[in-house]
Amino acid sequence: MNIHEYQAKELLDKYGIPIPPGLVALSGEEAREHTFSLGGTAWVVKAQVHAGGRGKAGGVKKVSSPDEVATIAQQLIGSRLVTHQTGAKGQPISSVLIELATEIKQELYLSFVVDRSRQRIAIIASTQGGMDIEEVAAKTPEKIVSCTIDPVVGLQDYQGREIAFALELNANQRKELGTILAGLYRLFLERDLSLVEINPLIINQEDKLMALDAKINVDDNALYRQVDLAKWYDASQVDEKEDRAKQFDLNYIALDGNIACMVNGAGLAMATMDVIKMYGGQPANFLDVGGGTTAERVTEAFKIIVSDKNVQAILVNIFGGIVRCDLIAQGVIHAVKETGTKLPVVVRLEGTNVEAGKSLLRDSGLSVIPADHLDDAAKKAVQVVNR
Amino acid sequence: MIFHPDCITTLEEGPGVRGQLTGEHMSILVNANTKVICQGFTGKQGTFHSEQALAYGTQLVGGVTPGRRGQTHLGLPVFDTVRQAVEATGAQATMIYVPAAFAADAILEAADGGIQVITCITEGIPVLDMLKVKTALRDHYPKVLLIGPNCPGIITPGECKIGIMPGHIHLPGKIGVVSRSGTLTYEAVKQTTDNGLGQSTCIGIGGDPIQGMNFIDCLTLFQQDPGTQGIVMVGEIGGTAEEEAATYIQAHVTKPVVAYIAGATAPPGKRMGHAGAIIAGGKGTAQDKCAALEVAGVKLARSPTDIGKQMLECLKG
Repeated sequence: MNIHEYQAKELLDKYGIPIPPGLVALSGEEAREHTFSLGGTAWVVKAQVHAGGRGKAGGVKKVSSPDEVATIAQQLIGSRLVTHQTGAKGQPISSVLIELATEIKQELYLSFVVDRSRQRIAIIASTQGGMDIEEVAAKTPEKIVSCTIDPVVGLQDYQGREIAFALELNANQRKELGTILAGLYRLFLERDLSLVEINPLIINQEDKLMALDAKINVDDNALYRQVDLAKWYDASQVDEKEDRAKQFDLNYIALDGNIACMVNGAGLAMATMDVIKMYGGQPANFLDVGGGTTAERVTEAFKIIVSDKNVQAILVNIFGGIVRCDLIAQGVIHAVKETGTKLPVVVRLEGTNVEAGKSLLRDSGLSVIPADHLDDAAKKAVQVVNR
Repeated sequence: MIFHPDCITTLEEGPGVRGQLTGEHMSILVNANTKVICQGFTGKQGTFHSEQALAYGTQLVGGVTPGRRGQTHLGLPVFDTVRQAVEATGAQATMIYVPAAFAADAILEAADGGIQVITCITEGIPVLDMLKVKTALRDHYPKVLLIGPNCPGIITPGECKIGIMPGHIHLPGKIGVVSRSGTLTYEAVKQTTDNGLGQSTCIGIGGDPIQGMNFIDCLTLFQQDPGTQGIVMVGEIGGTAEEEAATYIQAHVTKPVVAYIAGATAPPGKRMGHAGAIIAGGKGTAQDKCAALEVAGVKLARSPTDIGKQMLECLKG
C-alpha cells in the first residue's frame, strides 16, 4: 500500500529523521495560513499524489509570497497531476503539503527495501540524489553503495560508517546518518514496510542532513496488524474498478485494451493477457478471481469488467481444478444474465465435468462462445473484436 | 542462501524422503512412504484438503489443532503440537493451512518439531515474518525443506499429494514440474498427462517474494533424480529467480528444460495478484527472463498451450 508524502514524513519525524517544517492544506486559504504558522519568506507547495515525478510535472513549486502559495495551492487542489508514473488520466490532488523552503547544498539518495534474492532488508545509498535510482544504476552503478542487514544481529554501526564514507560525509554528518539509519531500520521493522525511499536526502545550508522527500510502501499482507497505517488507504489514488475489486477480494488491474479477461490464478491471468496480445488483441485488464470460484464472485467480477466502457469482448479462462466445471459454467451464465451484458463471452473451461460445463453454456441461449484451450480462446476473442 | 544445494544433498535419507525407489518410478522429496500431517487440520481448508489427500492415497497420519488433543478427525488422531504428532506417528512432512497471521509460527513449530519437508499453502504472510522464518531455518534447521508459502504444494503422482492441486489431472511419469503459479502448473501437468509423458514430481514454489525452496533447489533435485527425464519450469515477472535459474541450468542441468514465463504484457509497478509478481525499477521483466533462459539453452514455450508439445519434441531429441 502506498501512502502520501506528508504521511511518510509524519512517520519519519516520529522515528527521529529530520524533515523540513511543513503542514498539509486542503484549500488555498488554509495554505496561506500555513505560511504564517511556518514563518520564513519562501515556501514549497507540493501536490500530494501517489506517484513520483511530481517536480517535472508541475506538482512541486517554490514561491515567495503567501498570496502566491494560496493561488498555486488553489490551482492544484481538485486538479489531476499527470507524471511519467501515472496514466494519461493522472492522479487527483486533494491536498498539498506546504513546506518551508530549504537551501540545498547537496542531494543524496537513501532507501531501505526487501532484497528478494538475498532475502534480507537492504540499504541502498548514492551520492546521486534527486534522480531516479534506476537511472543511476544504469548509467553510473559505481555511485551506488548497498549492504544487507542480518536480522539476527540487526544493523551494525560499521555498516552505517561504510555508507557514510561512501557518501563523503563529514564527521558530524556521519553521526547524523547513523541516527537516521537506526531510525529507518526501526521504522521499517515496526511498521511492516516494504520500501522507504528518501530521495533526496539533502545536506542543507547548516551542513545538516534532512529528508526532503519521502516515499513509503507498507506491506499489504501486514495491514491487519498495522491498523493505524491501514486507515491511510486512499481510494482516490486507486483506479475506481481496482478499488471495487479489492472490496470483493478480487485481484483486478485496469489496462487500456478492449478484451476483458476473467481468470482463476494470478499466473494464468497474466498468461491469458500475454496470449491475447500474441494473437494481436489488447487485454483490458488483469483479473484473478482466486481459488474459490463461486457464482457470487464471478458475478461481481463480471460487473467490474463490464463497467469498463472500452471492453468489446470478455474472455473467461478457468482451470477448474477441484471446483467442477459445470458449477463454474452456471456461475458464468448467472453473471451474464444478472449484468445483462450483450458483449460476446468466450469461455474456456478445463477440469472435471468439462463436457457438462460446455453443454450448459451452449444451451444457455446466451452469446457464449466455447473454446478448447487458451490459444483457441484468445484467437476467438480477437476474431470477435475485429469483426 | 539458505537452501543452498549443498544443504539438500546432505539431507538425511530417512524412509520415504526423496530419492527412494518406490515401485516403477522415481520422484523427489515425497513418495508413497512419506508420512504426512496437517497443521490447521480441523479448520475448513485443512479438513477439505485432508479429505482430498486421503482420497488420493497420501499417507496422512494425523493432524494438529492446539487444544484438541485426543480427538479424532477424518478417522485420524488430532494432536496439540507438531512435536507430539511427530513422536506419535513418525511424520516426516506437513501441510500447513493455518491463517496468515499464524503461519510463520506454524512453519517454525514444524521445523522444531522434527518435520523434514514443510509445505505451507497459506497466502498473505507478512514479508518480515518470512524473513524471520528464513533466517531461523538457515541458522537452526539447515536440513529442513520449506515449500511455499502461497503455493499449491507438492505432488508425486499416484503416491503422495500435499496441497490444493486437483489430483486427477496428474499421471505418474517422467517430467519434473516446478512453478511459481498454481493454475499454470495445472496447465503444464494436464498437457504432459494428455501426451502420455506424465510427471515424476510437481512442486509449486509459490508466488511470494520471500519463499522456501527456489527454482535452483528444485532443478538440483530433478537433475539428480533418475526418474526425471525432462523439466518444466514455469516462471513469472518479478525478482530475478528465473535469471539465477538460467545461470544454474547452463552450468549444471543436462536434462532438457522447457520454460514458460508469464507477464510479458504486465505494466511496470503493478502487483499482478501474487505479492512477488511486480516489475520494480525496470527489473523482473518477462523479456529479461526469457532472454536469460534462452541463452542457457532452455526451450521457451510462447504460450502455456505449447508446454506439453515442446517437452515431447525435446525428449524426441
